[in-house]
Amino acid sequence: MRLDVCTRTSTIAEQYGLLMSIRLFEQSLLDLFATGILVGTTHTCVGQETVAVGVMSAIDRERDIVFSNHRGHGHFLAYCGEIERLYLEVMGRPGGVCGGRGGSQHLHFGNFYSNGIQGGTVPVATGMALAEKVKRTGAVAVVFLGDGTLGEGVVYEAFNIAALWQLPIVFVIEHNGYAQSTPSALQIAGRVAARPEAFAIPTIECSAADVRDVLRCATQAVDAVRAGGGPRCLVCHTYRLAPHSKGDDDRSPDELAAAWERDPLKVARAAVADHALAIALERQAEERIRVARLRAIDPGSPSP
Amino acid sequence: MPTVLESLNHGLHQLLDADARVVILGEDILDPYGGAFKVTRGLSLRFPDRVFTTPISEAAIVGLASGLALRGLRPIAEIMFGDFLFLAGDQLVNHAAKFRWMYNDGVRVPLVIRTPMGGRRGYGPTHSQSIEKHFMGVPGLWVVAPHVLSSPGDLLRKATLECDEPVVFIESKTCYSRQLLGGVAQMTTATLVDRPSPFPTLHLQHDDGSRPDAVMWCYGGMVPHCVEAIQYLRSAEGLSVDLAVVSQLSPVPSTHIRRILDTTRPRVSVYVEEASIAYGWAAEVLAQVQEHSGSVAGPIRHERIGAADSPIPSSRELERRTLPQVDDIVTRVLECF
Repeated sequence: MRLDVCTRTSTIAEQYGLLMSIRLFEQSLLDLFATGILVGTTHTCVGQETVAVGVMSAIDRERDIVFSNHRGHGHFLAYCGEIERLYLEVMGRPGGVCGGRGGSQHLHFGNFYSNGIQGGTVPVATGMALAEKVKRTGAVAVVFLGDGTLGEGVVYEAFNIAALWQLPIVFVIEHNGYAQSTPSALQIAGRVAARPEAFAIPTIECSAADVRDVLRCATQAVDAVRAGGGPRCLVCHTYRLAPHSKGDDDRSPDELAAAWERDPLKVARAAVADHALAIALERQAEERIRVARLRAIDPGSPSP
Repeated sequence: MPTVLESLNHGLHQLLDADARVVILGEDILDPYGGAFKVTRGLSLRFPDRVFTTPISEAAIVGLASGLALRGLRPIAEIMFGDFLFLAGDQLVNHAAKFRWMYNDGVRVPLVIRTPMGGRRGYGPTHSQSIEKHFMGVPGLWVVAPHVLSSPGDLLRKATLECDEPVVFIESKTCYSRQLLGGVAQMTTATLVDRPSPFPTLHLQHDDGSRPDAVMWCYGGMVPHCVEAIQYLRSAEGLSVDLAVVSQLSPVPSTHIRRILDTTRPRVSVYVEEASIAYGWAAEVLAQVQEHSGSVAGPIRHERIGAADSPIPSSRELERRTLPQVDDIVTRVLECF
């Protein structure tokens, strides 16, 4: 599997470059929707990019398995860096990752899979972990879910089986505070971490404010699973800065303004330290997105 | 002849023996219990690393099977009663059935979900239904049913190893204890197979070679009833009724239907299923017969026979009146002549 150069993330500078690429990709999708070039639906991960980059930097992308969800562009780009083919997929073009059949929420590339149904992905990823255990490949499966997904009962069927059978899987819960428009306080009883813990799944909680913290915690979880320790859960506390989908956002301007002040990309930029380097990385990301976007929306491209 | 249960059990043993990719999942399948209907008996003792007994989690069972299949294994999962398939409905319709297509044919999902279906055991409204019709017509999902006229174990082997699609494998629970029929006396059986599908349709014709008065279409648990009705109609009423036994319920085997129509050119076409009639298997086959009837001279009279439009009662007598019986089939056919 060819992995794009932009997915190299061994340094904070490389991580910042990838974070910026994902941010600009997502913002350009919202722009394309606003101008009517893009139709259908999308769910962007603006504000949550550090989870994607941190977790994907912790796995072995040559053999590990990733199962993503409706909000999966960041996971996908951090996994393989196929920016242009993701644009094409979202645009419904034959050159897209899945030939335009899947669109935003239904992607497959290498060992990356996604589906747009809440919760249903979790037992499938658990089955993949079982397959790798039966085949003794040493691969780890990672499945992304949100705090909203915790309302789906099938998640707990999968937690139970993964723990019973000590399967090599990491459950990553991106706790962004909202299930679509409903705040966590109206849809989650008790502590989020208490749910995997009820199945004796060791759970690590981390703030996604700093990509380096996510990477550290994700590495701890992945390493423990690969060492044969059974499943782990990683709860990443994060915040979705953009609407659930395109324009559906009723949160207060004050809340959003305060959240933008805490934008994790600002933290990453500060961590790069070298101002000139940070600007160069931003330029690089802008150029990468600009070129991919131009190619994807070129009217000369064949349409389905 | 072995029973249906013995054939299936033997088939599972052979599959695990022959192919290291085969894994078995389901509730209560470990020995000595060996599954609620004992189809998986003996497997866990011989293959402890590839037979997994699960919690009561039907959605997860099917989800696990999808994950196993996507990663190169050949899972066979048991859902203890067909009625419980609805608990796994999302997994079947939005996951297993869609992966191959929505990933642009980049993956295959070769899994089999075995489940006992049907009534006549007095199990009542939630353990006696024939709900396979709700999973027919779902693009990407295959529905297959064994029967007593050919080896269920062999059909299961085909579903597991010769089909790369997700298969819901419907076993009639009243047929488990029945012995396989080598054939039907004084009838000749033709086997129709159109690759790439490995699932055959049987066409049984009376040996005298005359044009049949009617063709009767059925599958699964209704096969013994239809055989009995056809033999009675022949011996007591002198009617010659062909029997078409479908094993691939969905996608509908159009080419088989067309070939049987071309061979028989029937004036009367009878469809028998155990499920309630509305929106059922018979409705689709009837539509196919009518759509392909251009090659048949004259109009066709269609008769659908199935269960009454109600849940299945627990009372044996009420259940008997709800489900289609041999007498019902005979009476309805005679009304056509």
